Amino acid sequence: MKFLGLIRANLFRKKIRFILTIGSFAVALFLFGVLAVVRVAFSGGVEIAGADRLVVINRTSIIQPLPLAYADKIRRIPGVKELTYANWFGGVYQDERNFFPQFAMDVDNWRKVFPEFDIPEEQWQNYVKDRQGAIAGAATAKRFGWKVGDRIPIKGTFLGGVWEFNLDGIYHGTRQADDETQFWFQWKRFEEQVPAQYKGNVGWYTVKVDHPDDSLRISRAIDAEFANSPFETHTDTEKAFAAGWVKQFGNIQFLIMAIGGVVFFTLLLVTGNTMAIAVRERTGELAVLKAVGYSDRFVLLFVLFESLLIAMIGGALGLGLAKIFTLGGDPTRGLLPFFFLPGKAILAGLGVTLAVGAASGVIPAIGAMRLRVVDALRRV
Amino acid sequence: MVRVDGSGSSNSLISARGLSKTYSRGGEQIQVLQALNLDVDAGEFIAFMGPSGSGKTTLLNLLGGLDVPSAGSITVAGDEITHMSRSRLTQWRARHVGFVFQMYNLIPVLTAFQNVELPLLLTSLSKAQRRQHVETALGVVGLSDRIHHYPRQLSGGQEQRVTIARAIVSDPTFLLCDEPTGDLDRKSADEIMELILRLVKEYKKTVLMVTHDPVVAARADVTLHLEKGVLVEADRLQTVSSGGAR
Repeated sequence: MKFLGLIRANLFRKKIRFILTIGSFAVALFLFGVLAVVRVAFSGGVEIAGADRLVVINRTSIIQPLPLAYADKIRRIPGVKELTYANWFGGVYQDERNFFPQFAMDVDNWRKVFPEFDIPEEQWQNYVKDRQGAIAGAATAKRFGWKVGDRIPIKGTFLGGVWEFNLDGIYHGTRQADDETQFWFQWKRFEEQVPAQYKGNVGWYTVKVDHPDDSLRISRAIDAEFANSPFETHTDTEKAFAAGWVKQFGNIQFLIMAIGGVVFFTLLLVTGNTMAIAVRERTGELAVLKAVGYSDRFVLLFVLFESLLIAMIGGALGLGLAKIFTLGGDPTRGLLPFFFLPGKAILAGLGVTLAVGAASGVIPAIGAMRLRVVDALRRV
Repeated sequence: MVRVDGSGSSNSLISARGLSKTYSRGGEQIQVLQALNLDVDAGEFIAFMGPSGSGKTTLLNLLGGLDVPSAGSITVAGDEITHMSRSRLTQWRARHVGFVFQMYNLIPVLTAFQNVELPLLLTSLSKAQRRQHVETALGVVGLSDRIHHYPRQLSGGQEQRVTIARAIVSDPTFLLCDEPTGDLDRKSADEIMELILRLVKEYKKTVLMVTHDPVVAARADVTLHLEKGVLVEADRLQTVSSGGAR
């Protein structure tokens, strides 16, 4: 504590340089935070996907339907615990930019398969009884200022017409990464209103299994059950399904790692150079410190601590700004439901900050430690 | 009493025996000090003079534990310092040596108070005790009213006073002054010399000083001349008690 005055005085010795160095860290860590947010936005669904859930889609493509009659056949496969299904609706609320996912869902089994979505029981019962009812995720309700009881008009796209819904409930995710942007309405209503050629079909099945270890066997069993039929299936774990979805956007992870790597390497060079200059400027002063009794180890730690402190201040600032950036929610208005800076990313950011701070300070610190007083004083 | 012939008593505060220092420069060996002997008693004020390159500063650095000799030994207050490790030597310096440099070497971002406090931060003194010591030291050098000034807000003479305060604040065994007036005008130089003399007379400090200035050197008890790495002359001045010029 008694050395804080010395450390503080040195930090603010060159205010502009201090601010610029802190700024370098802040910008780099802000970018790191935003990249982490983007990574989560694309892969969040993969990470939280249930290990005990399978997704069954049409082997040709997810946009091709599957017969509703498959439900009973899938249920009979050993190891299948629950099953539910849904259709993609793809309607437009007010403006095409107001995207949010809308599902016609199976009221009977949905909550058994997706227990992570929390809905007040009274709201759920009202919804079950209301054929025109709908339930919205908390994020979507907040985004449009909806409250329970509101009438929500959604314009159908491939089905046409305006579909009016009564907002009977609002669900919340029980985990931070749970998607709260979905909009659900009853599959039965969907079935009633679609043209004859669409009837009796679902978009996909979600299957809950007794034991995650059985997932592969059950997946194969489901696909084998419908092999050589007009509607062959492709079954995968929910995690693999989500990962496949993300892959459509390219190798996001690699892109983020590459950008992050370049940024931090540049930051290392910049701060390393700054610290080297800072130490060189203070050669005489460090020599005096040693002359009056400060040890080599103290001087080493002193320079290193200064470097780490600059890094931590800048890093915390950058991560703080990234956190603030995410507080406003998904800026794409629904395309990125998992839009938040996870705690793990903050810790990783602080770890990287410390590593860069230490790496940029270690060589100047060793130089300061090895400094011979007589040589340094001769240079002054 | 200072001696350069190696005949000093075991009671000498500082005793150097056969002290040599050789530098290697461009493959050439340069002998700066050659088998030098020196004995200094406590409370003495010694001035070292000599042409540039004669080894004055090298001798001061060796006596202050800032450098190690190529041969010979140095004993200070019973401690043989020539074979101490770097870390031990650092601790020894903190306890025994006060340095005053020609260029002051104050830390510009610290106030006079903070500069003087630096050596005390290494001790176990409380904050209040440190404050008391620093205020006393700054009082001794006549800068009680400048404690919160930064070096840039002080004159050269005042800066050197702060350096002296930093040197004496931990009450070291002896002071090493390397051209303490070299960067000052005559008036400031006289004031600094008055201060050093006060430290010797009133506070019984032992002072070893390097200078180029014969006027400054004349204020010391003894002036030793270094030429080609050898102490060739000892010129003892009269003391005040015997009617001398101190």
